[in-house]
Amino acid sequence: MAAKAPPAKRRAKSAAEQPAMGRDALLQAYRDMLLIRRFEEKAGQLYGMGLIGGFCHLYIGQEAVVVGMQAALKPGDQVITSYRDHGHMLATGMEARGVMAELTGRIGGYSRGKGGSMHMFSREKGFYGGHGIVGAQVSLGAGLAFANMYRGNDHVAVAYFGEGASNQGQVYESLNLAALFKLPCIFVIENNKYGMGTSVDRASASRDLSQNGSPWGIPGEQVDGMNVVTVHEAAQRAVAHCRAGLGPYLLEMKTYRYRGHSMSDPAKYRTREEVQKMREQHDCLETARAMLLGQGVTEAELKKLDDEVKVIVQDSADFAQESPEPPESELWTDVLLPSPGSDGAFGQGVK
Amino acid sequence: MGVEILMPALSPTMTEGKLAKWLKKEGDAVKAGDVIAEIETDKATMEVEAVDEGTLTRILVPEGTENVAVNAPIAELDGGGAPKAAPAPVAAPAPVAAAPATIPAAPRAVSAEKDWGPTKTMTVREALRDAMAAEMRRDADVFLIGEEVAQYQGAYKISQGLLDEFGPKRVMDMPITEHGFTGMAVGAAFTGLKPIVEFMTFNFSMQAIDQIINSAAKTLYMSGGQLGCPIVFRGANGAASRVAAQHSQCYASWYAHCPGLKVVAPWSAADAKGLLRAAIRDPNPVIFLENEILYGHSFECPTDEDFILPIGKAKVEREGTDVTILAFSIMVGMAMQAAEKLAEQGISAEVINLRSLRPLDIDTIVASVKKTNRVVTLEEGWPFAGIGAELAMQIIEHCFDDLDAPPVRVHGLDIPMPYAANLEKLALPRLEQVVDAARSVTYR
Ligand SMILES: Cc1ncc(C[n+]2csc(CCOP(=O)(O)OP(=O)(O)O)c2C)c(N)n1
Ligand SMILES: [Mg+2]
Repeated sequence: MAAKAPPAKRRAKSAAEQPAMGRDALLQAYRDMLLIRRFEEKAGQLYGMGLIGGFCHLYIGQEAVVVGMQAALKPGDQVITSYRDHGHMLATGMEARGVMAELTGRIGGYSRGKGGSMHMFSREKGFYGGHGIVGAQVSLGAGLAFANMYRGNDHVAVAYFGEGASNQGQVYESLNLAALFKLPCIFVIENNKYGMGTSVDRASASRDLSQNGSPWGIPGEQVDGMNVVTVHEAAQRAVAHCRAGLGPYLLEMKTYRYRGHSMSDPAKYRTREEVQKMREQHDCLETARAMLLGQGVTEAELKKLDDEVKVIVQDSADFAQESPEPPESELWTDVLLPSPGSDGAFGQGVK
Repeated sequence: MGVEILMPALSPTMTEGKLAKWLKKEGDAVKAGDVIAEIETDKATMEVEAVDEGTLTRILVPEGTENVAVNAPIAELDGGGAPKAAPAPVAAPAPVAAAPATIPAAPRAVSAEKDWGPTKTMTVREALRDAMAAEMRRDADVFLIGEEVAQYQGAYKISQGLLDEFGPKRVMDMPITEHGFTGMAVGAAFTGLKPIVEFMTFNFSMQAIDQIINSAAKTLYMSGGQLGCPIVFRGANGAASRVAAQHSQCYASWYAHCPGLKVVAPWSAADAKGLLRAAIRDPNPVIFLENEILYGHSFECPTDEDFILPIGKAKVEREGTDVTILAFSIMVGMAMQAAEKLAEQGISAEVINLRSLRPLDIDTIVASVKKTNRVVTLEEGWPFAGIGAELAMQIIEHCFDDLDAPPVRVHGLDIPMPYAANLEKLALPRLEQVVDAARSVTYR
């Protein structure tokens, strides 16, 4: 686990800055990051007990990215991401219970147990998944932005993807499309340094991913993705740009995942020291905590948030185990919607 | 109150593992996040981190113990403070989709297949690696590219040791750019090089399917025979375990549909080794469909250095007289189990391992149908326009008059793969369905 006290230097620097987030906003961000962290730890534990199956990609370490971004969005904006999606769902306000129950494959899950860890959605919260094919969500994200342009509203879409995904061809096609049609799309590269076992410098000839949209004139920034305040400041610039109808924006978040790629990755491609150093010197929770204490928030207030989050997470784990498996009838639902005028029967399936 | 530390599941298909090493001893204080032990699965050595804080009071499973079941208690922790309540599993945890522990021993080869002499036991994983290594030693134009194939030794550890032996020029890690690197490999093959392209799983070949079909499969024809494409596309195909709809599907009928491609689907280690060698030597594009769950399964495999199997020949894995069961890849194992069950009920089933879907060994199939007069086809994939549909049609075309019952197909359900453990089980072919199908065509 992360060290208790962050280095003094970081604290002094942060306190000297004029934070883009007020005390209450930062406190909220801290709580949201903590919820993701504790939720993911619990998910890892349930996986080890065999209650969660298949692939399970934890977001631990990267919490500041999604929380800082989400704080700049408003209801009706859309979010889409990869399979490393639990944090994004919690950040958009989806219920911990429904997410955890999907992880255990139960009827109480967001996809009624049919999608699992990588595939959850909430139209109500503007969360469009949860996608397993690396890079696919980037074009889809451009499509969410396209819908905003088409409808003439001022909503923005945020498409999150890894630095590994950033090499996929369809990402570049999407950047061109977004710039060409001035789509209100924020492309967020979550550069956690590795795509599975391949480090970014072994996968990409580009040394500054924030400039990957430059051929099309897409403004890009490199951001300290381990600090929720700097993330939030950048998010606000990007959102303002998109809402003003100036087209897409690209943010490269420098971040880090503490765990393996998925549960079955022994992560032998990096040293334990490298991981330890990130946890001890750059942990987003510790950084936010230090800023809050610097602003006069008390340990007792933080402890209260801690307890609150623990209750939510434990409740979600209980729910995820009590909720029953989906009934057999769920096998055949949701394959197609009934056509207008049809009796709604499953028309084309071979039974 | 102490907390039990349980043997964790570390991968989708893990049911047991070896407790390789304890890094803490009894009496040691443990913090959450501390590495307490190392566990070996068939794929990798993994570190086990403590979830709770406390003192390690008892080690229940000594280091070096093999085959420790997932969820078995391995140690006890005396929770220092208030225990963070490691929740006890309420219901029996959904078993990680069980790979059948035993594979019915293939009875001695009954078809007129060449006898390759002595064999040894090896996993499908080792067989695939050995096949690539042998062909790379033989031919300097053969090279392997794909995601995680070099430094990581393969996402499923198929290319173990190849980087060491052949170096970074011939074993190359690719960025996640399937469409691009597939096109690159096809282009290289047009010049006569012989790339092996690993797709981490065939699901990701969808990113590249245009280059596979429009470039690799058709260019020989379009160029009037000038530009051949000696290339192998290989990787895990079909259902894995609990990975949901985008990561669990069978591409056999997708690729078998296309003229200009060969499509091979091995079951045993011998199939894997012999057919992969043939695929690499073949002057055409070959789709080589492996199966993740089979990777860790062991079979007998000939040790002869020249061992190779022809593409386009099926294998009669078990002889019978009452019904023919046609299967490929992991479903051959299920067909063999079904034959065993049917034998108990007095029904003699012949099991044919298709091995190659295109070209299809229709002669072997027809010979069998002429003998048994009844057919069941078995595949994991979807039924609509599936391999079973094609087999039935070809049998009708070739030997309709020999059929005493309409062919029956057993297949995966006609739906995207659900994630939930209970639904996933129901979505895939089950042994009793095969047995029932065989009984129904024999009218018993
Ligand atoms: C098209 C495709 N190719 C390969 C994979 C297998 N795969 C899953 S995640 C991953 C690494 C992605 O890395 P990155 O984009 O950096 O995201 P991160 O996992 O670091 O969040 C790979 C290769 C996939 N899911 N889809
Ligand atoms: Mg990454």
